[in-house]
Amino acid sequence: MKINVEPVAKLARLGLSEEEKTLFAEQLSAILDFADNLKKLDTENTLPTSHAIPIKNIFREDKTIPCENVDDIMANAPEAENHLFKVPRIIE
Amino acid sequence: MHTKTAHELHRLLTDKKISSVELTEAVFDRIEKVEDKVKAFVTLTREEALHQAKTADERIGSRHNVTPLTGIPIAIKDNICTSGTLTTCASKILLNYIPPYDATVVSKLKQAGAVIVGKTNMDEFAMGSSTENSGLHPTHNPWDTAVVPGGSSGGSAAAVAAREAILATGSDTGGSIRQPASFCGVVGLKPTYGRVSRYGLVAFASSLDQIGPLTKDVTDSAIMMNLVSGYDPKDSTSVDLPVPDYRKALIDDVKKVKIGVIKDLLKEGIDPDVKNAVKAAADKLADLGAEMIEVSLPSFDYAVATYYLIAPAEASSNLARYDGVKFGYRTKGSKDLLSMYYNTRREGFGPEVKRRIMLGTYALSAGYYDAYYLKALKVRTLIKQDFEKAFGKCDVLISPTAPTVAFKIGEKVSDPLSMYLSDIATIPVNLAGLPAISIPCGFNLPAGRQDRGLPIGLQIIGKAFAEEIILRVAFTYEQNSEWHKKSAPVS
Repeated sequence: MKINVEPVAKLARLGLSEEEKTLFAEQLSAILDFADNLKKLDTENTLPTSHAIPIKNIFREDKTIPCENVDDIMANAPEAENHLFKVPRIIE
Repeated sequence: MHTKTAHELHRLLTDKKISSVELTEAVFDRIEKVEDKVKAFVTLTREEALHQAKTADERIGSRHNVTPLTGIPIAIKDNICTSGTLTTCASKILLNYIPPYDATVVSKLKQAGAVIVGKTNMDEFAMGSSTENSGLHPTHNPWDTAVVPGGSSGGSAAAVAAREAILATGSDTGGSIRQPASFCGVVGLKPTYGRVSRYGLVAFASSLDQIGPLTKDVTDSAIMMNLVSGYDPKDSTSVDLPVPDYRKALIDDVKKVKIGVIKDLLKEGIDPDVKNAVKAAADKLADLGAEMIEVSLPSFDYAVATYYLIAPAEASSNLARYDGVKFGYRTKGSKDLLSMYYNTRREGFGPEVKRRIMLGTYALSAGYYDAYYLKALKVRTLIKQDFEKAFGKCDVLISPTAPTVAFKIGEKVSDPLSMYLSDIATIPVNLAGLPAISIPCGFNLPAGRQDRGLPIGLQIIGKAFAEEIILRVAFTYEQNSEWHKKSAPVS
């Protein structure tokens, strides 16, 4: 399975160098060829399992509680101003 | 004293024969002696550790609320959040990240009075089987520093084996606790999915990840399980079931226990030394009164392919948050948001992480979702069903933990697929959400070597929430063998 690396990298927001594009195309194609082995199995009447242990969604009351440690959180920000995260221009 | 187990040290501490401060200093002396050869750690927290040790000594002195881990030096894998202490996941993209909160497991260990000595090295974002994918440096196996410690919890396994910590925590998504335990000759346990809270564990594959203990013996494993297990409302996948006293499961008796030997994991492709060690372990268990049954789980042939579609798919979603916006690394000089994303992730992630994000994105994308991701989820059901059939006849299942002993550093880095195949025995367990433990069961016998060779691990698998039976079988085997008494030669 020859994988076209560029559109996938775009979806994943991953910048790749030319060498990486070539190397990954090769390596990922080999892995996908290996994954193609799954075609040998008959799963016509099999349901998918996304979670091995039966669990269901947990909800809680939509109540706002104050954030105790805003400063600790903001301390990790690459660029910030007034408890807001600063990023390059989004809208032209 | 750094060579003793937590349960031995607990006795010495409560009998006032040693203090936690002395013990912690002994551990740091040991770290100073061997760490440049092992490189198990990313961050050492000596000052905080000595402070915690002092508090532990006061607590032990007061005899109030003393737990089996009070005053015991422990290492934490660096993908588990420790408030105020660097948590990097061994990635350049988190090299400067200081979590504003403790993982639930860390809170529990701190409440128990454990002394945290540092954060251990790992494959970046837990993606790997050798710790060579660390964005910082590889870790070396204390049994032979030219070989890998396994991964992704290689730092934790090596730290315990090198006596740089009395015990450690790791995480396991496809074998990342068990395989390094096997390679480093220590005990590694992956609990049932949902048994231990994932709150504060940096997510790799949310339906597979679990935190678990890496210890010198089975008793210490049960001790940690008692302290870290349990329902956590902060983890929506945490299961609300009572936690038994796992130490009560440590009975030296396997009479009438039905043990299924997985024949699919003892065929070609498995190292002959590994096969022999596991067969000898099976014979030993039979001598001790267990009933050995041969079982076949044919879907195992497809487990690695299944995992390498599901785990990367989940990872591609979980790792989307590393975008340079709110925390972690951000590339310099971006003129627009999109190029900030591309460059931050290009510069911050290592090659294996990029490979898996791409694989996952591809498997989930329109036109490929059914053939890859959905198909893998269906095969996951077949694997679950094979386990259910086997557990219809058996109480536990056994197999080698890994197909080989630890390989040389650099041997498999350029062949991702060959690296993936080293998880062949551990992966099916994660896909089915079951508990499993790896215990030392021998060493290989390399031709022409004077020293004893490299460790081999025996994997024991149980039904969901049946940690007690796997601990019992593991304990029985351990008490009737000598492997756990051997020490790694690094000095």
